[in-house]
Amino acid sequence: MAKNTLSSRFRKLDIDEFDENKFVDDHDEAVDNQGPDGTEIENLIRIGDTMTAFHLALRNPPLNTKNPAVKERALAIVLRVLTSFKSSDIEPAVKSLDRSGVDLLMKYIYRGFEKPSDNSSAILLQWHEKAFAVGGLGSIVRVLTARKTV
Amino acid sequence: MSLHQFLLEPITCHAWNRDRTQIAISPNNHEVHIYQKSGNQWVKSHELKEHNGHITGIDWAPKSDRIVTCGADRNAYVWSLKDGVWKPTLVILRINRAATFVKWSPLENKFAVGSGARLISVCYFESDNDWWVSKHIKKPIRSTVLSLDWHPNNVLLAAGSCDFKCRVFSAYIKEVEEKPGPTPWGSKMPFGAVLAEFGGAGGGGWVHSVSFSSSGNRLAWVSHDSTVTVVDGTKGSTPSQLKTEFLPLLSVLFISENSVVAAGHDCYPVLFVYDGTKGSVTFGGKLDVPKQTSQRGISARERFQNLDRRATSSETTEQGLESLHKNSISQISVLEGGKSKCSTFCTTGMDGGMVTWDVKSLESALKDLKIV
Repeated sequence: MAKNTLSSRFRKLDIDEFDENKFVDDHDEAVDNQGPDGTEIENLIRIGDTMTAFHLALRNPPLNTKNPAVKERALAIVLRVLTSFKSSDIEPAVKSLDRSGVDLLMKYIYRGFEKPSDNSSAILLQWHEKAFAVGGLGSIVRVLTARKTV
Repeated sequence: MSLHQFLLEPITCHAWNRDRTQIAISPNNHEVHIYQKSGNQWVKSHELKEHNGHITGIDWAPKSDRIVTCGADRNAYVWSLKDGVWKPTLVILRINRAATFVKWSPLENKFAVGSGARLISVCYFESDNDWWVSKHIKKPIRSTVLSLDWHPNNVLLAAGSCDFKCRVFSAYIKEVEEKPGPTPWGSKMPFGAVLAEFGGAGGGGWVHSVSFSSSGNRLAWVSHDSTVTVVDGTKGSTPSQLKTEFLPLLSVLFISENSVVAAGHDCYPVLFVYDGTKGSVTFGGKLDVPKQTSQRGISARERFQNLDRRATSSETTEQGLESLHKNSISQISVLEGGKSKCSTFCTTGMDGGMVTWDVKSLESALKDLKIV
């Protein structure tokens, strides 16, 4: 007799959900940002105003949302802006950010590292070097310890 | 600044006696070693062996000369010196996980133990039964308690824990003390009440260390996301946070009402200054031996070698750490001056070394350093 004749419904139960000691993070249902506006940023890149496109892309980060599609869309837009920068323009762009801006930029850079494409790695490494010069090891530690990821 | 290398193993924790002639350290094992200062040397005078697990916390009560130790074996012992020998008394903490931290209260009639059982055990001595009794603070702690600090009024207790929050609890035990007066943190203080809770909200890391200022009005903590935060109880409850560029800090201490010294994985202490009027925390300076800059040229061969190995053709060949400590600093303690006007403090770390820092000579050596 190979087939199990008793009920195996219990195997579909996730026992960890019922653990009373399970740590449930605070649900911050505050501002549900939808990420930057793609079309406007595309226009700015086309006319060559990468600095404004950069600042716009970093506004409204979708940190609180649980929808992965929103996060993917925001990431794609930011990476589009970062890859369209010339190497010499990177440093002034990073200098124009405040401390939390640098932390957010680092988060996007590391997300960008996760899926390397042909031309993204080199430019992302240059962005990383400049952001590291301003943010230091602390900004990287904050990427690792952040619970609200981009 | 003087460095004394005790051993090669990490010093997990340390505590000083009242006149700073003896130091109790734990060399990352089940024992506590007490060293006596004789001239410029440190001589081992006692070994306290009772714990079955690693010692995670030691505190030495200055006035009553008792040592309390807590360990990973879920026990705490109170040691008293009788006829030149330290005799332990077991304290039943009633925890089912390791103890992580222990601190005597300012009046030394109780002590608090933080543990991995997500609770704080506040213990006091019941003279009828000649026995230490523990009371638990459980809610709303959700994870391991990493660090504790008592408020000078002997009742309030600040706790930093792994659930990313720093809280102020009341540890008022009616059997041993009078009802406390109101403080900026609150006026109703039954045992276990949460008077303030900071942190969490999606950001933040484990709170490694907390410290009340000497007046008790200010609270500072350092967290694993490389931030240092200070809150002033008299000015409402919005904390001011500084996101640092260093590696996470592991220990924090007020050395005056406005200045905070913190140290951690970067192996050197750092000064932060809190501005009460603006409500901001700013970086004050790196407290360490000044860098010796060597003016030697770099050959072309070395330049290419550096480029090959380290992707930079920089001048300095940093073969080792330039700081006094060669590994992370795990604890800072005040030696002289108290928390209000500290003149000397001491750090111990994972390199087995203990360094005493003199505030006056630091101020003169590092020019733009100012301890307000």
